[in-house]
Amino acid sequence: MSLALLIDFGSTFTKILAVDLAAEEILAYAQSCTTVETDIMVGLRRALDLLPAHLKTASYECRLSSSSAAGGLGMITIGLIPELSAEAARRAALGAGAKVLTVYSFRLSARELEELEALKPDIVLLAGGTDGGNEEVILDNARLLAASRIRCPILIAGNKAAADEVQSILCAGGKITLLTDNVMPEVNVLNVEPVRERIRRVFIERIIAAKGLKRAEEFVEGILMPTPTAVLRAAQLLSQGVGSEKGLGDLVVMDIGGATTDVHSIGAGNPIQAGVVRKGLPEPLAKRTVEGDLGLRYNAGTILKLCGEEQILRHARFLQKDLAPRLEKLSQCVEVLPQTAEDHDLDFALASCAARMAMERHAGSIEALWGPQGQYHIQYGKDLTGIEHLIGTGGIFIYHRQAGDLLRKTLFSPEEPFSLRPKNPTLYTDARYCLYAVGLLAERYSEPALRIAKKYLKKWD
Amino acid sequence: MKRPAVVLGVLGVDAHVVGNKIMAHALESAGFTVVNIGTFSTQQDFIRAAIETAANAILVGSLCGHGEMECRGFRESCIEAGIGGIHLVVGGNLVVGKQNWEEVEKRFLQMGFNRAYPPSISPRQVIEDLKNDLAKRKDA
Repeated sequence: MSLALLIDFGSTFTKILAVDLAAEEILAYAQSCTTVETDIMVGLRRALDLLPAHLKTASYECRLSSSSAAGGLGMITIGLIPELSAEAARRAALGAGAKVLTVYSFRLSARELEELEALKPDIVLLAGGTDGGNEEVILDNARLLAASRIRCPILIAGNKAAADEVQSILCAGGKITLLTDNVMPEVNVLNVEPVRERIRRVFIERIIAAKGLKRAEEFVEGILMPTPTAVLRAAQLLSQGVGSEKGLGDLVVMDIGGATTDVHSIGAGNPIQAGVVRKGLPEPLAKRTVEGDLGLRYNAGTILKLCGEEQILRHARFLQKDLAPRLEKLSQCVEVLPQTAEDHDLDFALASCAARMAMERHAGSIEALWGPQGQYHIQYGKDLTGIEHLIGTGGIFIYHRQAGDLLRKTLFSPEEPFSLRPKNPTLYTDARYCLYAVGLLAERYSEPALRIAKKYLKKWD
Repeated sequence: MKRPAVVLGVLGVDAHVVGNKIMAHALESAGFTVVNIGTFSTQQDFIRAAIETAANAILVGSLCGHGEMECRGFRESCIEAGIGGIHLVVGGNLVVGKQNWEEVEKRFLQMGFNRAYPPSISPRQVIEDLKNDLAKRKDA
């Protein structure tokens, strides 16, 4: 037996999965509350205690982990034009698993700088200017950051003609700097991979210790990546395959959590219909969006504000009285798991609203324009109508009996033909909560990891 | 020496891409860095690209006859965005029907464009003018 222990230090729960790599089987799953504010190891030990006896004392070939504890990886991104370099920087940070606290564009104002200091990000990503383009603004922003009180690492990914000077200015101000390739070297050209890789290294080298997670590294080999990165990696592996093990093709992963709803799509999303012209910044092949206002616990009240009572009740089977105070209570007691059929029903209704809205924001859209030669259709973002597979992950997809129905709520609707959501994908749920583990295993054990994912994803007819 | 950069595109609801591609090729061959934002571009698309790339000029193509309407306020938008002094050039089928070119040109120059060209203009002429105009600006 060749065993692996995969741990996720989540914002609310620490989850562990014991896997037999040789047999490609999941042996056990356990979870306990995350205890990052006192000692991260307490919660981990509690979860380990819930494993079957023989797995508590077993010898593991690897112990890998991801983390979104202690607020996740909080980043602030700065660019020049909101729709160009600032948006490119935001997308790169999201793809690296970050929680983007805010995005600034143009020259930072005194108020913005004050806000930036108060937000205490883990990393600042400073972009701006294409290669050989505008140097003035990124240099000015470097001077402002150099004189600021921020102490976190600053990752420089802007105009290469100004990058060295930007780094010198920041170093002279006593800041920790890292230099990488421009995130938008030309207008409408995205270059997110070098930034993502650098962020991951900073996460391993600095952020783990800064967040009080270092103690966990006595037990695990390393906290390799933020949890969303692990899920995105699993999605990439599932889509693209590895070696002789074929991938599934283009897919979307819907990750509904307590605080946020993340959507990951793997696919180019090019226009499918003839005569549609694509505009705007290109989309990354592996794209992640995070909806910070859509979560089943911390944001239960926000979902009510966004969707309204009528919409939530439309997805519920029970009458669900006193919605506002109940959701308020849920947002205060975030560790509460549904107990009764009515609780499950309320979670399902909330998740339906969150998933529907998150998919609409993630998917591209069509704008119809009339010109002298007739009507034109312009596509912004990815066309996901042809996506072949849609996978749901997160607690609700483990515990709810109608989890497949939840995914159906996110699909294309003829009433909204310009929202390019998936039309007829095969539906799966991550019923054993293994996607993060697959992402962690992806580097060293990619083929077994892929087969485990395929084996344990539950298919819905 | 840094190559001069120009933002090139087709303004408005206009799918005419052939002239745009020819112009991009000619400008690149003449030593310009071309930021081609393509068809269906708005005034803001041109301006945003010009700021991000620190472009020396914006070259607007308009082939569908709606140029007069689409180009209105272009210079003012540049001023608002902080690049009020940028060299602005427009060319193509700028108006509907056969109109006296001198009058059409005058209208576009009054709108704030530095140069306006009729549909029959050769790319060579546009490039020669552009080189001279940018050199004059540099000297000034």
